Amino acid sequence: MTQQIFAYISHKNGTADDSAFELIVAAKKIDPAVAVTAIVCGAGAELDAVCTAMTGVYPEVWKVANPVLAYPNAEILRGVLVNILPAGAITLVPNDTFGMDLSPGLSIKLNAAFVPDVVAIEGIDGANLKAIRQEFGGQVSTHILCDISAGVVMNVRSGCFLSDDSKASGAVVDKSGQAGDCKAKRRFIETVVAEVGDVDITKSDVLVSVGRGIEDQENIGIAQELADAIGAVVSCSRPIVDAKWLEKARQVGTSGKTVKPKVYIALGISGSFQHMGGIKGNPFMVAINKNAKAPIFQVADIGIVTDLLEFVPELTEKIKEMK
Amino acid sequence: MEILVCVKRVPDTAENEIVVNSKGTDIERGDLVYSVNEWDNYAVEEAIQIRDNVGGSVTVVTVGDADAEEILRREMAMGADKGVLLSDDVFNGSDGKGIAAILKAEIDKGKYDLILTGAQADDGAAQVGGMLAAMLDMPYASLVNKIEIVSDKVIKVGREIEGGNQEMSEIDLPCVLSIQTGINEPRYVGIRGIRKVASVEIPVHGSADLGIAAGSVGAAGAKVKRVDYFVPPMGEGAEMLEGSSDEIAEKLIELLKSKGGIK
Amino acid sequence: METALISPAKAWVLGFIPTMFFSIIIPIIGVACFTYIIAKRIAPLVRSKPDPRLNNIKDRLAGMFKFAFAQYRQPRYMMAGVLHIVLFAGFMILSLRSITLVILGLKDGFVLPGLGGAVGHVYGVLKDIAATAVFLACLVGMVRRGVFRPERYDVPKKYGKDHTSEAVFVLMLITGLVTCDMIFEGTQAAAQIQKGLPAEFLLPGMGAWMAAGILSGTGLPTLQNLHLGAFFLHNLIFFFFLCFLPLGKHFHVITSIPNVFFMKLKKGAIKPVQWGVDENKLDELKSFGVKKFEDFTWKHMLDFYSCADCGRCSDQCPANAVKRPLSPRFISIKCRDYAFKNYPIRGEMTPKDEHLIGTILSEDEIWSCTTCGACEAECPIFIEYIDKIVDLRRGMVDEGLVPQSLQKPLKALEKRGNPWGKMEKKRAEWTKTLPGTCDIKLFENGDEAQTLYFVDSITSYDDRMQNIARSTACLLSAAGEDFGILGKDEKDSGNEIRRFGEEMLFQDIKSHNTEAILSTGVTKIITADPHAFNTLKNEYTGLPPVEHISQTLTRSIKDGLIRLKPVEDETKVYTYHDPCYLGRHNGIYEDPREALDAIPGLKRVDMLKSRDRSFCCGGGGLMLFYEPEEEQRMGVLRVQMASKAGANVIVTACPFCLVNMEDAIKVAGLEGKMEAIDLCELIERHLQTA
Repeated sequence: MTQQIFAYISHKNGTADDSAFELIVAAKKIDPAVAVTAIVCGAGAELDAVCTAMTGVYPEVWKVANPVLAYPNAEILRGVLVNILPAGAITLVPNDTFGMDLSPGLSIKLNAAFVPDVVAIEGIDGANLKAIRQEFGGQVSTHILCDISAGVVMNVRSGCFLSDDSKASGAVVDKSGQAGDCKAKRRFIETVVAEVGDVDITKSDVLVSVGRGIEDQENIGIAQELADAIGAVVSCSRPIVDAKWLEKARQVGTSGKTVKPKVYIALGISGSFQHMGGIKGNPFMVAINKNAKAPIFQVADIGIVTDLLEFVPELTEKIKEMK
Repeated sequence: MEILVCVKRVPDTAENEIVVNSKGTDIERGDLVYSVNEWDNYAVEEAIQIRDNVGGSVTVVTVGDADAEEILRREMAMGADKGVLLSDDVFNGSDGKGIAAILKAEIDKGKYDLILTGAQADDGAAQVGGMLAAMLDMPYASLVNKIEIVSDKVIKVGREIEGGNQEMSEIDLPCVLSIQTGINEPRYVGIRGIRKVASVEIPVHGSADLGIAAGSVGAAGAKVKRVDYFVPPMGEGAEMLEGSSDEIAEKLIELLKSKGGIK
Repeated sequence: METALISPAKAWVLGFIPTMFFSIIIPIIGVACFTYIIAKRIAPLVRSKPDPRLNNIKDRLAGMFKFAFAQYRQPRYMMAGVLHIVLFAGFMILSLRSITLVILGLKDGFVLPGLGGAVGHVYGVLKDIAATAVFLACLVGMVRRGVFRPERYDVPKKYGKDHTSEAVFVLMLITGLVTCDMIFEGTQAAAQIQKGLPAEFLLPGMGAWMAAGILSGTGLPTLQNLHLGAFFLHNLIFFFFLCFLPLGKHFHVITSIPNVFFMKLKKGAIKPVQWGVDENKLDELKSFGVKKFEDFTWKHMLDFYSCADCGRCSDQCPANAVKRPLSPRFISIKCRDYAFKNYPIRGEMTPKDEHLIGTILSEDEIWSCTTCGACEAECPIFIEYIDKIVDLRRGMVDEGLVPQSLQKPLKALEKRGNPWGKMEKKRAEWTKTLPGTCDIKLFENGDEAQTLYFVDSITSYDDRMQNIARSTACLLSAAGEDFGILGKDEKDSGNEIRRFGEEMLFQDIKSHNTEAILSTGVTKIITADPHAFNTLKNEYTGLPPVEHISQTLTRSIKDGLIRLKPVEDETKVYTYHDPCYLGRHNGIYEDPREALDAIPGLKRVDMLKSRDRSFCCGGGGLMLFYEPEEEQRMGVLRVQMASKAGANVIVTACPFCLVNMEDAIKVAGLEGKMEAIDLCELIERHLQTA
């Protein structure tokens, strides 16, 4: 295949996002023979730090430096990428809020195809790329064929192409001069940080959810520690809110919030109809309950019959040791 | 302000089990009920609120077949002023770019200050809005959860980004925005409201009206094609982990890591 | 004939003004003012929506006698009830005396036709007793309101100033009236005794007698002045009071008897969107429900006028008990005050185009109601609340003001016929795990049967509630019923859809269900869901007779078709929780109890608040989805009541009650100490199989 493969590197405060290590794995699935080029845009020392780090992962790193690019504004960056990408390029972008902002329009400007939210790549078949996407909130998967002869922009879902820790020794190529005027009709003002205490459980990919099995308000700390250890948010079923042990914003259920996490760990939740009704999208569900007959074991993926008050702290310890 | 909202008729996935049909070519649609895509509904509510504040009109448009008319009527019952149906056999099977091209042709016939779409639909592609903006050469913002009208030339928008944070930007009009759920609380539309707009005329535009060449859209023009639908194999009920709590914990950690449960 | 004192008809004041002048002027001004005030009060009713209340005159008269004249509901609050009965009876008896007194000012020695001679003397004694009783009752009332201040009269700050002064003021006016009469009579008797003339008989111990005693030593001139003074003071107070009545809560003195006469006879059915507009003409209406004040019917406006501010409704209201923003009493008071403000006595009327929701009433206030009917069961004046709240909800739905939490279930009901949006074809899945002994037909498959078991949504789809369906089916089978279910052709009965204001969706679902039911040709409908029972029986038309499973069970037990084994656990104490839609709304209290008592050895107690005082579990249907602002859940209060009654098992006859009780047991931390079970489940467990 003669087309070049590029990976857009997301970064913050001088550190590359996890996706940077995943995109190269995805790229190799397209064609292991092609050398992948990382594109890093930004400004100042932070940009340099990321570029240096990426030389250890990618055979070539294109650097685009401009003070205007200090904050990743997709409208500006789209113009930049159109200027530096060659015709027919295969461009991989992480499927995060930036990628969703950037890529559809980018594909049009590049006259390339667009494949959103790819979860698996199967390779090339003639002029087509074979990949797998999900639809209907993950309830079904679909094999897709994309004509990439004129190039393609692909948004890659995080966590689907686990880093293989392979190393490279790439060189940094400065492409700042070709970036163009870096102007756009959308101007970044500021980031408003979410208020602490304003929990939005619907935005978390991983939830540690507590039900009556937690038995006492004090024990909720056990769930919080597990959540902290794995980067999750604590949610709960209705009785916990009614007992005022947690705020209403954390309630999952038909009269609470509807959540679509990737992973749902249910601690001491029986799996009542009203609670399960708030969980959509078929997450990977782990149920821990001391009642072997709890209905949740019929719908969970993994079940553990044990006293959560003893098991969960052990689990949390192990996770912390591992990190 | 002249506002256009692009809406889509999708299967209601609330309690429906989406299952793949026996041939694997599509999902089983026999028992499905359809309604307007949830994100699009938030967009229409936002458009109506903006119009009520600064004046103007709200038009809703969709690319679909005759059945799709019902969602246009529902959004008009909610408060949209006009509805337009873009329908033609050659549109069938369009990929995202095709849909965007069809919408662009309709938009070119009018003059809109603000174009809204929902952030995504049932297929989760979240692409039409961004493509449309690029085709129209208008600025774009996705996952918008707040809109503030500054003047008839400039607005401020908030985008929902990681961590529940909000990215505030200024954007020139005319522009295209894709709207995230939760931006407002859509008003209720009951059967009565829908009956009230039952006889309002909704024009239908086809490929000839829009000046679209047959091969450029539809299945013929699609670069991304779905080969099939399938469900990755899954077990019955929970896999119960056995062993000492040490062993169980280790196995669990492994599983969580592989499913992205440990960051 | 010489009279002891100069009568008001014959006296002179200031030498040249006959006191009769005042006897003429005061009544004329009084009646004129009163007429003017009443005309002003009628003004909004003229602009209101129609409400036909002249049907079934016999029942209305019967109701009026039992509840208004016989004060049937008053003793439910014993202390206040007795006091009020005394005041009311006193008013009735003394009304003749008051008329007599007014005319005495014009014609000396006047006696009402029929009250001459012996009858008059008997009446005289009766009125003495009445006046004294009223006097004492007023004193007790003033102390009770002013000093002890029972909680239910409290006015939360958000509703304004306290009402105690108005109450005490009126009690003082009434005291004044009877005291003046006692002095008027007492002075006469004292003068007669002093002059040695025959004295009118005064019953010893009564007020007039005591007044005579106190005044026995007073000089004649003073007696004369007191005599005339008391008379005209009585006149003034009387006519002042008459004009004061329509200005506040004492309007009920005038309007309560008619209000009871006009009571809502058909319980369990919500009023149509507009009386006189047929169901299939609803599309022609420009606006649904109550948005502004004039959208209320004249009877509802009369209700507002008639509220006596007694607080009994709010005292019984479960939403109020859990501190939701709803107090029925204040809906009446606020709307009454709104009417007074916009249709004032002095000045032009200013009907506003504004909506009540958002001005004097709040959205949450109106959505908080579970339609349990406790308020209506309590009100001695038969003020209606449910119809008004449903009308207000209709108005909000018409404007799109539906809480987000309710929009999803409403949409699911529209698309799928059940609030969870589950698929129609799964509605009969629960039948798959029925034992072979249970013979159930499925109309969706073309089976035929005599009886329809209407399952309704929650019992069909909820994993826990499906047990009720299975138990009910087994019991029907055991009782020899030839029955079937509609399965996927059944949609939600719609009881809550209507009560939440989505009238058009209710009408749609009702016609769908009616058609499905009639096409089966069944001659009887049985349901275990009181909400379905209520609407099928009272709001659907053209259906065969509908009964609740408890009625079927009790009859089958009596007829020997079902026999029960002794209770499985003799130590358990059972209590029956009356579901609102079975009990209050449809009067079925005894059948479930009889069914329970038919289990040999079962120990049963009744909670303090049972039968028509039952405390709502929290509500059913769409209420399960609503997120109210409350301090605790109604269910928690209820299971605590069961505990207090000494029970450890709550038996319910409604799936929603069961959901709420089971949840509440967990929340209240009573797991292991209290359990909840459905009537059918319990009876089935004790079925003695041949």
